[in-house]
Amino acid sequence: MNLRSLLSLLGPFLALLVVYAIFGALDARFFSPVVTMNILTQTVIVGTAAIGMTLIIISGGIDLSVGSIVALTGVLCAWMVAQGMDPTVIFLMTIAFGAFCGACNGGLSVGLKLLPFIVTLGTMQVFRGLAKVTTNGTPINLPTNVTAWKPWMQGAGVPYGVWLMLGLVIFFSWMLRSTRFGRHIYAVGSNEQTAVLCGLAVPRIKILVYTISGAMAGLAAIMNMAKSSQGDPTTAMGMELDVIAAVVIGGASLSGGVGSVLGALVGALLMTTIRSGCSMMQIPSAWTEVITGAIIVVAVIIDRIRHRKG
Amino acid sequence: MLSPNIIPRLRMQGIRKVFGPTIALGKVDLEVLPGEVHALVGENGAGKSTLMKVLSGAHAPDAGEMFLDGQTYLPKTPLEARRLGVGMIYQELSIVPHLTVEENIVLGMEPTHGPLIDRKTMRSRAEEALSHFQHVDLHPQALAGGLSVSAQQLIEIGRSLAMGCRLLVFDEPTSSLAQKDIEQLFALIDRLRDRGISIIYISHFLEEIKRLASRLTILRDGSAIATRDVATTEANEIVSLMVGRDVEDLYPRSPRRVGDTILSISHLAGKVKPQDASLEVRRGEVIGIAGLVGSGRSEFLRTLFGLDPVQSGEVKIQQQSSTLTTPSTRWQQGMGMLSENRKEEGLALNLSIADNITLSSLHRLGRAGVVSLRRMNEHAQHWIEKLGIKCQGPTQAIGALSGGNQQKAALARLLEHDVEILLLDEPTRGIDIAAKARLYEAIDEIVTHAENPRAVIVISSYLPELFGICDRIAVMSRGVLTKAKPITEITPEDVMRVATGKIEPADF
Repeated sequence: MNLRSLLSLLGPFLALLVVYAIFGALDARFFSPVVTMNILTQTVIVGTAAIGMTLIIISGGIDLSVGSIVALTGVLCAWMVAQGMDPTVIFLMTIAFGAFCGACNGGLSVGLKLLPFIVTLGTMQVFRGLAKVTTNGTPINLPTNVTAWKPWMQGAGVPYGVWLMLGLVIFFSWMLRSTRFGRHIYAVGSNEQTAVLCGLAVPRIKILVYTISGAMAGLAAIMNMAKSSQGDPTTAMGMELDVIAAVVIGGASLSGGVGSVLGALVGALLMTTIRSGCSMMQIPSAWTEVITGAIIVVAVIIDRIRHRKG
Repeated sequence: MLSPNIIPRLRMQGIRKVFGPTIALGKVDLEVLPGEVHALVGENGAGKSTLMKVLSGAHAPDAGEMFLDGQTYLPKTPLEARRLGVGMIYQELSIVPHLTVEENIVLGMEPTHGPLIDRKTMRSRAEEALSHFQHVDLHPQALAGGLSVSAQQLIEIGRSLAMGCRLLVFDEPTSSLAQKDIEQLFALIDRLRDRGISIIYISHFLEEIKRLASRLTILRDGSAIATRDVATTEANEIVSLMVGRDVEDLYPRSPRRVGDTILSISHLAGKVKPQDASLEVRRGEVIGIAGLVGSGRSEFLRTLFGLDPVQSGEVKIQQQSSTLTTPSTRWQQGMGMLSENRKEEGLALNLSIADNITLSSLHRLGRAGVVSLRRMNEHAQHWIEKLGIKCQGPTQAIGALSGGNQQKAALARLLEHDVEILLLDEPTRGIDIAAKARLYEAIDEIVTHAENPRAVIVISSYLPELFGICDRIAVMSRGVLTKAKPITEITPEDVMRVATGKIEPADF
């Protein structure tokens, strides 16, 4: 890792520490393991989805349908649980279905040469609509006797979901840095024409990136279901914006070629920390939105300044 | 001419490429020997880029055959061409700014252990490719986007060398380089040639071709017109072959009769540059301003034209003092300027040719603010014919024209306005030789007009051009303008010595 990318990660990390310290100074309970664990757990859903979004944004794309994929795959997942299917099968099927949704996004945008913004603006509605159609708009509740999903997001100790998210962050950081596929994602986002000239399979890389992101959204959907014990077609409304914000706060550039998974995790943590802190201080949620929004704008301004120098 | 037992590095035979109704390449033959620098020249649109796209696998030929070292060669993609041994160095550099130098060099053919990049092998391959260069700021782990243009160009060359290319195509490689980088590039090309690598060199600059190439092939209208030995071919002949008509002299010079002083500038200074510029310009004269980029040449013209603020000094036009001014006043006083940034400042690219030519003189094309479109198009048509602007008609968008034809239209605007003093900043940069010849002719006509000889001040980095078209040359050095000397009394070396600061401007 060179100095520049270290510095760009250091910024959001410092911001996270400062915000954490401020809330802790205002109320010492904030430093307690319970609250800290809560922050981590509440970051899992957005954080997991942000991993996939990071890959997409590095490749120069965007995915607005993440929240809808989470809702649609979450509904499917809850339905499978209600049918009494084997948890491992459910786990894999949900991720595979998310990957399929992502592949649709990637395939449409590459195959029809459409801007991913437009394609995913459309599929955002399509996936959300399908989730409502298949459930008649009502949530599917998990049977009360099913307990297999609880430890992923609830209960004592560190929930599995936190470990999974941290593991994935490490895996994808390594993947982006050290594998051919990872470097090619940067190359496509940085200068697509050159990538084509150098013989990179640009369409395949792009479709794969959206597919991976879809799979991550499927995983986030499982965590979302484990947390709420239901599959709700109206869940995760506007979540795509949190996810994109996390990635951008984490130092990614919306024009592609720049970004890190670790940064995205820090970005997601920063937003959760602000929300938990504000709710603990009993700051009205409207103000929480203002603060989160301001931080996103600041992150984008920093991105602009960095870009001008680069 | 060729000994029959040499297998050429590249043989293209009867290459034909048709796009819809346009025949881009008729039936082109080209032969390049091992270790030869072979120049390819032709006007824009003559088929050079199409031919090179066929060679590099970007276009499939409709007919014809290609052989590389005697083997049939038909690449389907640029990558395959590079694998087979043909690398392209593009004019618009293609590097990935966010990756490192070494990652750029091995891009698309990274050595791997399973899914992992084998960084050690990558490094040694990149270093081997970089060992061809003697370049200081090319660290393998540096981010490519932060490097100078010349270093980025080396990355591209390195990319081809790392793949073992035996034939490199350079497309106008010097167009974005500074002088010292150009010399380094030439030395590099010499070294590559000495190692047996063949090079196809595309350039508008005949001097570069004389310096580097042993043979050249001239393309015109999609056909290879002739292949000549560079050493025994005159520049005028090359230009005539390119243009398809006799060009007796690239720099035409009718007898010039110098008239009254039309513009006199004394000790003009701007905010930063120029610091001190004095110049007397008479009707019927072309004055050249030489100097390095950044010396204050452009700022001098901009200050004179009212684009940049005047700090001190005096400007007199037709004996009338007029120092503090605006561009619109200058137009009214009969002064017009052609900016060096043709695309950003000079032209409205989305508008038509007619709009652009008549932009500053619309008031003459109608009454009470109403413009007659018919007259506008007639006026534009006049200049299209006069200057030989290649286009579909006056209503075509100017952005669709080649650089040379855009520049002719930009000059036509000054002529349409009927200005007395023309300020031209790098008027021939980036345009092909035929268009240059046309512009030189136009400038010569402007100053030798029988009834109304005008005056021209022209900035150029290209000394042969200044000596070719000017009557007197002044040199700008660190914001100070020397006096303008007749070209018969000075040499290009004198000019360079002042421009590079080896001689003080006062001693010129």
